[in-house]
Amino acid sequence: MANDFLVFDRVTKRYGALTAVNDVSFTVNKGEFFSLLGPSGCGKTTLLRMLGGFERPDAGRIYLNGEDITDMPPNKRRVHTVFQNYALFPTMTIRDNIAFSLKLAKKPKAEIDENVEAMLEMIQLSEHAWKYPNQLSGGQKQRVAIARALVDRPQVLLLDEPLAALDLKLRQHMLLELDTIHDQVGITFLYVTHDQGEAMSLSDRIAVINKGKVEQLDQPAKIYEAPVSSFVAAFIGDTNFFEGVIESTDGDYCTIQVPGFGAIRAYNDKNLAATQKVHLSVRPEKIRVTSVPPPPEKGASINVFQAKVTDVVYQGVYTKYWVRCGDRSISSMKPHSRFLLDQEKITWNDRVYIWWHPDDAYMIENFSELDESLIQTPPTPPEDE
Amino acid sequence: MDKIERKKKFAEMVVSLPSFVWLAVFFAAPTLIVLSFTFHDHTANGGVAAAWSLATWRDLVNPDYPTIVWRTIRISLEVTAWCILLSLPCAYAIARLPKNIRAMVAGLIMLPFWTSFVVRVFAWKTMLHPDGFLQRCYYIFLDIRTWLFDWLPGFLQSFLCWLGLATPGAADPASATILDSELAVVLVSVYTFLPFAIMPIYTAAEKFDFALMEAARDLGAKGFYAFRKIFIPGVRQGIVSAILMVFIPAIGSYVIPQMLGGTNCVLIGNKIFMRAIQNRNIPHASALATVMALSVLVPIGAWVWWKSRQNAKDKKRLEEATRESILMGGAS
Repeated sequence: MANDFLVFDRVTKRYGALTAVNDVSFTVNKGEFFSLLGPSGCGKTTLLRMLGGFERPDAGRIYLNGEDITDMPPNKRRVHTVFQNYALFPTMTIRDNIAFSLKLAKKPKAEIDENVEAMLEMIQLSEHAWKYPNQLSGGQKQRVAIARALVDRPQVLLLDEPLAALDLKLRQHMLLELDTIHDQVGITFLYVTHDQGEAMSLSDRIAVINKGKVEQLDQPAKIYEAPVSSFVAAFIGDTNFFEGVIESTDGDYCTIQVPGFGAIRAYNDKNLAATQKVHLSVRPEKIRVTSVPPPPEKGASINVFQAKVTDVVYQGVYTKYWVRCGDRSISSMKPHSRFLLDQEKITWNDRVYIWWHPDDAYMIENFSELDESLIQTPPTPPEDE
Repeated sequence: MDKIERKKKFAEMVVSLPSFVWLAVFFAAPTLIVLSFTFHDHTANGGVAAAWSLATWRDLVNPDYPTIVWRTIRISLEVTAWCILLSLPCAYAIARLPKNIRAMVAGLIMLPFWTSFVVRVFAWKTMLHPDGFLQRCYYIFLDIRTWLFDWLPGFLQSFLCWLGLATPGAADPASATILDSELAVVLVSVYTFLPFAIMPIYTAAEKFDFALMEAARDLGAKGFYAFRKIFIPGVRQGIVSAILMVFIPAIGSYVIPQMLGGTNCVLIGNKIFMRAIQNRNIPHASALATVMALSVLVPIGAWVWWKSRQNAKDKKRLEEATRESILMGGAS
């Protein structure tokens, strides 16, 4: 069945006292672009290495296409890896690198040549086939590594932080190229990264991994907009956390009293009752910063607070504002969709209004204060008056 | 040439002068002297005659020499092959050890050098004694081989004999002693030269990226295939150094065949010693030494020349391709 093409079933891996992967279960669909996203040391690479056959799980099984591959040696698995540092064979030409797996399988020469040529064409390196890996640029090596892993059509392609060694522009270019290649070959891609941008832009689904566990597994937009835990909310993108107690509920909405800040109206999607404790996450780009109060047509139910600007970080595409409100420091992001120089400028120490719609906040189920350290803090500590 | 350039040149000369003088006095000059000896005749009292002559080279035509030269080359090749074969897995294993243990194990390989080489060869003489343990093991090995040989069908027996891998009948105990045989010379030479093969290969293996082995396994290669196709080409620089480090001293080997080869395994090194010390014919010994040096230098020189030509070709091709892609504006 396509729905349980690749299955991790209660997989655990320990290194001495450290549990790198802790009772992880998830399923990848056939043909899917699936990402494992998490900070370094979260266990995502261990998961990948177990699928590649380089590590054996201490408990649990891994199934590929209905077959238990947990104890299968790496050379028997129809799973190939694109390594972070490419691991191209330096003593072989590009052509021989790509042909490696086909030659191993003792395919007829005509078939090898045909497949290798097709791959070279796909990665647009036909002219460079006679070169050696150290004569190529980083992006070219990357493409050769992908071609080498795809040439004998594995069931799953594993990509271990494949873009980490490239510079920003090349990374963006390779992102698009990876996406195109995935569409062309239709093979299941399992992508490991710590870069949320890469994961978001490529994946059909993302598994967010933290401390050896899957925190959340969903489509990119769901992960971003509806994080289940404070870790997911803070690790992917940036956010503001509010901790408070529900004062009253009215229909779909509720009013939350946040100590040291004020009362916040929010959409009560968890159907919590009054007096219950709640954690809210509000993304910076959802919070507007203006020098005048919000227009009345926005309605009376929106959250409006008065604040003082403590920091302004101009980023070209957007400006990030840090404002002081009560005893809280709030971050807000203002995208620049119009020519900025003509507009009224908000700057340090300005008195401003911050406002957001109750629907734009999201209630976090699993909150840990530790995750607050993942949130961006202002470049300079706000002064106290 | 401006002043700075001149000063730089001068500084370079000053720095390299000591080593240049050292090599000139203790390497180039002796070599040339030995070469010049070959164009003189020897005198009755062991000196070198003053007159130029080709008599020495004429005397070199000796029916024994081709056999001895061929035996020397054959044994040196055998020893080199065994050393490389043994040091490859050894270097691989050491390079895969944890870093803190690695240096210690590499140190252990060099440990035999703390004992004098001659003392170690004497120790082997004792170990290979006809009543010794190793000799008895060898007899048992020969018996098993004979037994296996008898058990084989007749046509295979004659085939093996034809290949020179076996002789019919039981081994003669007198000719089956290890001491004073070629086997002893090969065995002890491999023992002696093995560290010289392990060290360069290990140095290369330490720099080898073992992720490549994983990549090969990932693409479907069995462990040994990856070792053969990825590891060995990956450390080929080390293997080349190892071959030179073993083959050159093995060609000039003199102590080992002298002490363990007896009369059955005279190598060119022994012959040179005999001519120089026993026959007191310095020009003849010099001519033999020249032949030996040339037999090593000529193939190595040819190989280096071929390799550098190959490299120059590759470089030119790459440059041309780069220029072309720049001209076409299609630098991808």
